[in-house]
Amino acid sequence: MNATSTWLPALPEIILAASACLVLLVDAYAGAVRRTLTPTLTVVTLLIGVLLMMLTSQFTLVTHRELLFGGLYVTDPLAVFLKLVGFATMATVIFYSQDYLDGRGLRGGEYYVLCLTALLGVFVLVSANSLLTVYLGIELLSLSLYAMVAFDRDSGIAAEAAIKYFVLGAIASGVLLYGMSMLYGLTGTLDLDTLAHAVRHGPDAGLIIGVALVVVAVAFKFGAVPFHMWVPDVYQGAPTSVTLYIATVSNLGSFALFARLLSHGLAGLPAIWTQMVMAVAVLSLLIGNLVAIAQTNLKRMLAYSAIANAGFVLLGFATGTAAGYQAALNFTIAYVLTTLGAFGMILMLARAGYEHDEIADFKGLATRDPLLALLMLVLMFSTAGVPPFIGFWAKLWIIQALLGGGHVWVATYAVLISVVGAYYYLRVVWYMYFEGAGERGRPETRGRMRFILTLNAAAVLLLGLLPNGLLSLCGRLIGAG
Amino acid sequence: MQGIGLLSIVIWLPIAGGIATLAIGDRHAAAARWAALITSLATLGFCVPLYIGFRNGTAAFQFIERASWIPALHAQYWLGVDGISLPLILLTAFVTVPVIIAGWSVIERRVSQYFAAFLIMEGLMIGVFAALDALLFYFFWEAMLIPMFVIIGVWGGPRRVYATLKFFLYTFLGSVLMLVALIYLYEKSGSYAIGAMQMLPLSLNEQRWIFLAFLLAFAVKVPMWPVHTWLPDAHVEAPTGGSVILAAIMLKMGGYGLLRFSLPITPDACRQLDWLILVLSLIAIIYIAFVALVQTDMKKLIAYSSIAHMGFVTLGAFLVFLIVSATGSLTGAVSGMDGAQFQMISHGLVSGALFLCIGVMYDRLHTRDIGAYGGVINVMPKFAGFMVLFALANSGLPGTSGFVGEFLVILSSFKASFWYAVLAATILIMGAAYNLWLIKRVIFGPVANEKVAHMPGLNGREFLVLGVLAASVVLLGVWPAPLLNMMEASVQHLVHQVVVSKIPGS
Repeated sequence: MNATSTWLPALPEIILAASACLVLLVDAYAGAVRRTLTPTLTVVTLLIGVLLMMLTSQFTLVTHRELLFGGLYVTDPLAVFLKLVGFATMATVIFYSQDYLDGRGLRGGEYYVLCLTALLGVFVLVSANSLLTVYLGIELLSLSLYAMVAFDRDSGIAAEAAIKYFVLGAIASGVLLYGMSMLYGLTGTLDLDTLAHAVRHGPDAGLIIGVALVVVAVAFKFGAVPFHMWVPDVYQGAPTSVTLYIATVSNLGSFALFARLLSHGLAGLPAIWTQMVMAVAVLSLLIGNLVAIAQTNLKRMLAYSAIANAGFVLLGFATGTAAGYQAALNFTIAYVLTTLGAFGMILMLARAGYEHDEIADFKGLATRDPLLALLMLVLMFSTAGVPPFIGFWAKLWIIQALLGGGHVWVATYAVLISVVGAYYYLRVVWYMYFEGAGERGRPETRGRMRFILTLNAAAVLLLGLLPNGLLSLCGRLIGAG
Repeated sequence: MQGIGLLSIVIWLPIAGGIATLAIGDRHAAAARWAALITSLATLGFCVPLYIGFRNGTAAFQFIERASWIPALHAQYWLGVDGISLPLILLTAFVTVPVIIAGWSVIERRVSQYFAAFLIMEGLMIGVFAALDALLFYFFWEAMLIPMFVIIGVWGGPRRVYATLKFFLYTFLGSVLMLVALIYLYEKSGSYAIGAMQMLPLSLNEQRWIFLAFLLAFAVKVPMWPVHTWLPDAHVEAPTGGSVILAAIMLKMGGYGLLRFSLPITPDACRQLDWLILVLSLIAIIYIAFVALVQTDMKKLIAYSSIAHMGFVTLGAFLVFLIVSATGSLTGAVSGMDGAQFQMISHGLVSGALFLCIGVMYDRLHTRDIGAYGGVINVMPKFAGFMVLFALANSGLPGTSGFVGEFLVILSSFKASFWYAVLAATILIMGAAYNLWLIKRVIFGPVANEKVAHMPGLNGREFLVLGVLAASVVLLGVWPAPLLNMMEASVQHLVHQVVVSKIPGS
């Protein structure tokens, strides 16, 4: 290993950190041009990141695991893949958010800085190989998100959401640290590789408590029941572009957190945490799906749907098998892709002074704008898990992993509860297709937004018709990781 | 067999045509109509070589297409037809054409979406019948709900939202448990191939659970009593075309599923629990027939009669075990199953035609209330002739297709037990009762309603549609041999499969 290669795999993080600083400087000194310069600079950064990752030949998803910085940092095919998805997702988020932010006078450059640092947090989590790095990543991500939620400083509900998020998040961080300290105290190591072997000695009471505390913090990050209280308020209160960020980019971070900390770091103790995670997942499915039915605000409904979907991801993890982890990864990707489209739709239809986030705002969309209604129909049926869309395969694989692990009853429960879930997705279709438009006219939309949204929905359909690529990719990544 | 398979063409051609129709848009309604008609006719055209090229006398699957689809899940794009699925595919392609024509001028709102939904439905339904891979089957089976959901919800009656949500959630609930059962079978056999699942040895306990999961999915679709309540609602609210597709084809999917999945995959559970199906079928035949008798809405009446007739299908299919144990030979069982299959096709034509007739009247008077009519024969003699023919076919008049299936099932139920035959034969009496009474009140008698007197006669399009359906009903009634020959080998094979136990070590 020569000198350059020791930091080369960390290039994505380095680029992000550097460009966060650069954007901050540009925004402070560039004057009037900054309004277009900062977002452009941010997107260019993301593109450069992708390009450099490809150039440093990391894109060839080899079965190759490398440790850096004294074992604090790991890079493997899974990390490379998640970072590429992270770059692409954030670029899409920025793209979808532009008009929305402009329409509300939210043009501050700090939004982009925070987006970049939050993504950096996600990347640190993705490559974490030590309890310290995990904590560093989760704090970097969370602190950026708290500020982003409060970013619209004139909005009362945004401030309320940010305070709730911050207070609860701080408690969760404390719980995580406490749990980590117990793990460290009992095993004497921070390194996740070593921890995975050290805890094989068998559980004692201290270890069980430590693991339980870690599971609580992880469940909080996922927004899983009973640690879900922040999710509806934050989803509804935050500016929609931030909600989109939390629902997608931050979700990748949650996946990475679980994969590194529990699936890998506590691989020696699956018997303890799988049961806890299973319980949390089962509750999330129940509460998320039932409460979503009662919502009239689409953002809040999607928040409860996010809770239910977190339940599905956690079910995959709770099997404690490679098949389950693969299914969880696949589900996360499918969820991120579909959610991008759903929030993208809200962002596109919102105008100045009008959020377009009530489900009733979608009434008669099929007559007002057939294409947009069709795209939304695709996204809603996909989230409901109906073929021929990507969401079906995501759920199918989770169910299959559950049955493979012998959890027949949990699998049955999961499919039955997703029938309940289908109802509220159908309701959006119902408002769009079966209700009259009333006073509402054809929405004004920008051509480029329509184009990207169409591509987004087309990807949901195509990956549903030919799902093998993504499925086998997830299989290879986890098998290799 | 050939370069690009015929089955793929008849699945994807209508779907592609549907997308094209959608792209034409509502502003060019005439172009959308013609595109839809041409697509449906072309699909029917591609069914001709399918019919001609099909070899009777073998139970093997034909026109097989097999390609890798999702290696990660060991699922394949695997299509093929046998004597059980081919008639249903032909029926689907045949019935879609009148449905398109029936909506020609009646549908004025969102025209291209309407026709696109029906074309996409057609392709997906053919896919269900042609799939030999369980995951592919499920893929089509569920995807089909989306266009139907939209059809009922957008072009339906006043309570359409309630009806379509009920339809969707009911059928979705039924199917998800089937998905769990299919994945369970995959975990055991390592493949989603339906053939492999049929070969897989399973303990009686496993079979029982899988049987129940399948039963829920298929019983909702058939629909069997007591999970039939979505059907009258869906029928009443759906536009005419939607009702026709529901009655003619979607209900058959339940019957098809029982024949393709339940019976061959869990034969021992079927043998043990056949009483359950038989009892539910008899309730459907007798009780639901009484329910049909008291309806005042014509569509509801035909909807309930559909449930009763589908009860006949399930009865014929599940009498197998009783017949075999009573007679010791398989021939009686084969004729019962033949009858069930024939009944499915015949009911598809007859009930579809009846819903079209009701649509014709509804378009003129905008009510389906039986009391609003009377004496239609005086103003629409040609139409009355068709309506009487279809109603008689629905009550099983000899010389119509309705007779053949019912006769075969009743005949074979004699071999099971005299009392089954007596109970099953009540369908003839009850069917005659509600059909003839409907005819008496609607078609005959004096013109009671002023509006009826001003109903215009059939136009050329309606005459053509009803005429073609009437011809096929009579043709199948007097000359059922081609259809029976087509089914025979596959049905025999199925009966042989069903009587062999799959319990390991037995």
